[in-house]
Amino acid sequence: MLYREAGQYKTSYAEDQQIFPIRQDRIAVALIVAVALVAVPLLASDYLYTAILIPFLILSLAAIGLNILVGYCGQISLGTGGFMAVGAYAAYNLCLRIEWLPLPIAILLAGLIAALAGILFGIPSLRIKGFYLAVATLAAQFFIDWLFARIGWFTNYTPSGSIVAPQLNVFGWIVDTPMEKYLFTLIVVALFALVAKNLVRGRIGRTWMAIRDMDIAAEIIGIRPLTAKLSAFAVSSFFVGVAGALWGFVHLGSWEPLAFGINRSFQLLFMIIIGGLGSILGCFLGAAFIMIVPLVLNQVPTALGIPLSTASISHMEAMIFGVMIVFFLIVEPHGFARLWSLAKEKLRIWPFPH
Amino acid sequence: MPEFLGPFLEVLIGGLLAGILYSLVALGFVLIFKASGVFNFAQGAMVLFAALALVRSIEVLQSWGVNAGLAIVIGFLFSGALMVALAFAVERMVLRPLVNQEGIILFMATIGITFFIDGFGQQIFGSDAYQLDIGIPKESIFLLEGVFEGGILVNELDLWAGATAGLLVLGLALFFQKTRIGRALRAVADDHQAAQSVGIPLNHIWVIVWAVAGIVALVAGTIWGSKLGVQFSIAQIALKALPVLILGGFTSVPGAIIGGLIIGAGEKLAEVYIGLPYFDGGIENWFAYMLALVFLLIRPQGLFGERIIERI
Repeated sequence: MLYREAGQYKTSYAEDQQIFPIRQDRIAVALIVAVALVAVPLLASDYLYTAILIPFLILSLAAIGLNILVGYCGQISLGTGGFMAVGAYAAYNLCLRIEWLPLPIAILLAGLIAALAGILFGIPSLRIKGFYLAVATLAAQFFIDWLFARIGWFTNYTPSGSIVAPQLNVFGWIVDTPMEKYLFTLIVVALFALVAKNLVRGRIGRTWMAIRDMDIAAEIIGIRPLTAKLSAFAVSSFFVGVAGALWGFVHLGSWEPLAFGINRSFQLLFMIIIGGLGSILGCFLGAAFIMIVPLVLNQVPTALGIPLSTASISHMEAMIFGVMIVFFLIVEPHGFARLWSLAKEKLRIWPFPH
Repeated sequence: MPEFLGPFLEVLIGGLLAGILYSLVALGFVLIFKASGVFNFAQGAMVLFAALALVRSIEVLQSWGVNAGLAIVIGFLFSGALMVALAFAVERMVLRPLVNQEGIILFMATIGITFFIDGFGQQIFGSDAYQLDIGIPKESIFLLEGVFEGGILVNELDLWAGATAGLLVLGLALFFQKTRIGRALRAVADDHQAAQSVGIPLNHIWVIVWAVAGIVALVAGTIWGSKLGVQFSIAQIALKALPVLILGGFTSVPGAIIGGLIIGAGEKLAEVYIGLPYFDGGIENWFAYMLALVFLLIRPQGLFGERIIERI
C-alpha cells in the first residue's frame, strides 16, 4: 500500500531520468541520509564508530570500486587489496613530500595514481578473459605487496616498514575524534556513491555493461573495448585507491604492508557477490554482511558462556562463514540487491498479488 | 666446464623439483576444471586437509601401538577415504544445488569450501605444525661430482617427489585412456550436454573427479608435508599453483606438469640471479605471476589450453 508508484506521472525527461524516480525511494534515501548524519552522531559510541561504522563505510566504497569492474564491466579482479595499498601509500607519500598539499586533494591524487596502476594492470584484460584474467590480476596484488614491503623509499625508510598517517586536516577542520572521522568518511563515501550511481546510469556505464554481457557483440555495435575496459579499470581503481587512502589515514592511522594483503581482495569480492553484482546498493549491503557476521560470530560463544579456546573460535568462525557463503550462493546467487528488488516488486502489488 | 655452470645447474634442478610440487597441486585444479568447469580454489585447502588427516591418523595409530609400516598404510587408506567422502559431500551440498550457475558464483562457492575445510581440518586435527615421516629418505646427495667442483646438491626427497609425480601422471593417463570411467570423464570434459545425452550421469562423474582430485591432493600433501612439515602455510601453495595453471592452460594435464616445471625453475633462477643481487630478495612471490602474465599476452589460452573460439 505504502510503496506504490501509481499516480506519479512524469511530465518531463528530467523527471523521468532522475536517480530515484519513485517518490517513496526518495523519501527513504533522505531518511537514511538524515539518520546517518544526525541520529547516528547523537547516539553512537566510540566503539561503534571505530570498529563498525568507519570500516563499513570505507569497505563499501572499495566494494563500489570493485563492483564497477566486476559487476558492471565483467572483468574479474583479485588485485583489489593491491590497489587499496597504492592509494594508501600514494596518499602517505604525497602528504609527506609535498607539505602544503591539503589532505582531500592528496586523497584524490592518490586515487588518480591508483587509477594509473589500474590501467597498467588492466592492459592484459584486452587479451585475456575470465579466470585467466582473474589469476593475472593476482600478479598486481603480489607485485604491489612486494613493492611496498621491500622498496624502502615508499615507506620513507622506516626500519619496521610500518607507517604512521599524518594528522587529518581537512581545509582547517582537524578530524581526530571518532565522530568527526565518521562524518568525514560518510561525506566522502556518500559523494562517491552518488558519482558511481550516475556513472553506471550514463553512457560510460552502458558501454561497460555491453562489454560485460558480450564483448564481441559490443565491439560490433561500435564500442571500443580498449577504452571501455581500461576506463573501467581506471575508475574502479580510483575508487579503490581513495578507499585505500581512507582506510590507512582514517581507519587504521598506522599500518603495515600486510593491511592490504590478498585476504582483503577476497573479502571485497565476497562483499560484492553476497551484496549483488552490478548494484551500488548491493555494495553497502554486502559490506555490512561481511563486516558484521565475523564480529557477531566472534561474540556468540562468549555471550552464550561456552568455554572455547581462541583458536577454536577462529576455526569455528571460518567454518560457519564458509557455510554461510555457500548457503547464500545457493539460496540467492544474485545477492542481497536481488532480494531487495524482489521485495520491492512484492510490495508494489501487495495486497493483490495476481 | 665454466665455473658458473655448476651453481646454475644446481639452482635449475632445485627449481624444477620444486616445480613438480606446484604441478601436483595444479593437476587437481585441471582435473576438476576439465570435468565440471569449476575453478576449484579449494585445492590448496584440500592438500592441507589430506596432509593433516594423514599425519594425525598415523600419530594416533602409533600411539595405540600399531607398528609404523601398518600405521602408514592405514593412515593412507583413512585419509583417502576421507577425501572421497569430501568429494561426495561437496557434490551433494554445493555443486548440485548450484548447477548451471555462472563460473564466478561457483568459484566463490569453492572459496566458501576453502574456509570451511580450513576451519574444519584444523578444528579436528589441530593447528600446530606436524612432522610427517613416512620413510622417504631426506639426505642431500651430490650428483656429477666428477664434472663440477663440489658436485650438484640435490635432496633425495625431491627426487622421490619427482618420481611420484611421474607415476601419478602415468597412472592418471592410463585411467583416463583405458578405463570405462576414464572415457566417460573425457566425454564430459569434451561436451557436457553431449555426454549427458548419451547417458553419462554428470553427478557421478563430478563425485569421481572430485575424489580423484582429492587423492591427488593427498599425494601432494604427503610430499609437501614430508618436505616442509604439515602446517597451515601449505594451504597457501594453492596460490602458487595458479600461475602454473594459466601458463599451462586450465584444461591440459601435460600443461600443468610443464607449466609447473617452467614456473619452478623460472622463479628460483630469478630469485638467485635477479632478486638477491639487485633487490632485497623476495621476488619469488610475484615473479611466477609476472612470467605467466607476459606469457598470456602472447598466448591467451596458455601453453596447451584449448583454443578459445568465440561466436556471437
